[in-house]
Amino acid sequence: MNNELTAVYFMWKREIIRFFRSKSRLIGSFGMPFFFLAIVGSGLGGAFNLPGMQGNYMGFIAPGIIGMVVLFGSIFSGVMVIMDRQFGFLKETMVAPVSRTSIVIGKAIGGATTAVIQGIIMIFIAMILGVNITVSAIPLAIAFMFFISVAFVLLGIAIASTMEDMHGFQLVMNLLVMPLFFLSGAIFPLSSAPDIIRYIGYTDPLTYAVEALRYLLIGYSEISLEVSAAVIGIFLLISGSLAVYLFNRIES
Amino acid sequence: MQAIRTEKITKKFGRLKAVDDVSVQVEEGEVFGLLGPNGAGKTTLISMLVTLKKPNSGNGTVNGFDIVKNPSEVRKSIGIVFQDSSVDDELTAYENLDIHAAMYGVPEKERKKRINEVIKLVELSDRMNDVVKTFSGGMRRRLEIARGLLHYPKILFLDEPTLGLDPQTRKHIWEYIERMKKEHKITVVLTTHYMDEADLLCDRIAIIDHGKIIALDTGEKLKDMLGGDVITVTSEHSSKLKSRLKGVKWVKEAKEHNGKLTIRVDKGERKIAEVVGIAKDNKIDIKAINLRRPTLDDVFLHFTGRTIREEEASGKERMRKRIASMRGRR
Repeated sequence: MNNELTAVYFMWKREIIRFFRSKSRLIGSFGMPFFFLAIVGSGLGGAFNLPGMQGNYMGFIAPGIIGMVVLFGSIFSGVMVIMDRQFGFLKETMVAPVSRTSIVIGKAIGGATTAVIQGIIMIFIAMILGVNITVSAIPLAIAFMFFISVAFVLLGIAIASTMEDMHGFQLVMNLLVMPLFFLSGAIFPLSSAPDIIRYIGYTDPLTYAVEALRYLLIGYSEISLEVSAAVIGIFLLISGSLAVYLFNRIES
Repeated sequence: MQAIRTEKITKKFGRLKAVDDVSVQVEEGEVFGLLGPNGAGKTTLISMLVTLKKPNSGNGTVNGFDIVKNPSEVRKSIGIVFQDSSVDDELTAYENLDIHAAMYGVPEKERKKRINEVIKLVELSDRMNDVVKTFSGGMRRRLEIARGLLHYPKILFLDEPTLGLDPQTRKHIWEYIERMKKEHKITVVLTTHYMDEADLLCDRIAIIDHGKIIALDTGEKLKDMLGGDVITVTSEHSSKLKSRLKGVKWVKEAKEHNGKLTIRVDKGERKIAEVVGIAKDNKIDIKAINLRRPTLDDVFLHFTGRTIREEEASGKERMRKRIASMRGRR
């Protein structure tokens, strides 16, 4: 048991070391969300008026962009399993005398830690850009970010476990991550979207993370915090079971 | 107790039997070599022993632990150096070793001491805190050997330990292997398709081809098995010479491949003149001729009709053909 905890800790540590070592990747990962917030946020601001919400469009999308940063960071972290396979390190973990479940847990917590750090930095960027954020709610927002992030890393691991090489990587990014982001109500309110978009949006787990962040940080939401927490919890259980099951089946 | 024992172990990929009904024993403390061309099944056999792949049938034990029923105990008791790099490029040598030691249950207090110890053995102490990305192929391999030793395994598996390395690094790695055997009494199982490597390092050698072990003994005995000497003739008409030599009673065996004729004889220093004589009588031009003791390559040639060197170049190609022919038959 002790050995398993050590393995979780070291898998976590590995993610952290790698995260802080690749500074260019870290800085690069803020490019897109920054421009989204600064340019789309202010550019569309004038043409956009939300009933029942004071403040501007930038304030509305800020939690959505924070959610996007967490989503991208998490999925990327999980899908890195493909890179580990490509560069051989996966083999080293596969033959270690620890359970693969511990490896998955360590990776998930490690990946989530790095994604949440990016999310926190994004909160500060939003504040600098003039978004009015409820500072006292930040700790609870971080907790929400962490759980949705763990769930997305696990989803990434689950998908990566079924892939042989890096070719699938782009596929995941275009066919999974982008729709997850656009359907989450991050940049427009789902309530005013056409029915079909709205219903699909409600099946997107990121919707609930964005709603929770919006409620906590901006004080506006269409879905209650309790419902969001419950949905994120269920999603975490599903993606976790899937990741453990699929990662255990890898034969290298 | 034997370090490794397998009984009729088989691994199939589709209809291809990569390892076919192999029963083999490795004694404690010996350096055991698996020699064969690429695609012969060496790596697959090792993969099963280190619990990375499950056999389709048959069973095996490593350090007394069943490789299917008790993989965790097997893993704790062995060290592995893979054919392809399996270190994390973005971590330093020290970090790579630290993670490994931790996952193999080396207590925290002892980790640093052991890391220093193994990294010294492979002469990388001065590069300990450098990111592995900056290492050359040889340095990586040395780091992986150090890592394989970190948890004091009873058996060390080395899959093609010197593949693609320069001669100097190869020599270094041979030295480490010999030192490990002598000083730590570790059992070493290595795969290779270099005959000199197998000959020099291994106490016993199993020659493997098409998933089967076709000969197993010490290097000396394998070579003695052929007996006598080997005369190699290079000529444009080597097949003609071969047919002329067919009835000659002192010719034990004559095999032709790649324009070269390999003749096994006793007392080669006398027969070489006779071979030249026969060639002259038949107006066959000899480009080159030499005499030597049999090598493992001759042993391989004797059993398979091919040389490992020929196989080496076309190993992957051959594996592809083997698979393709399996598919075609379906």
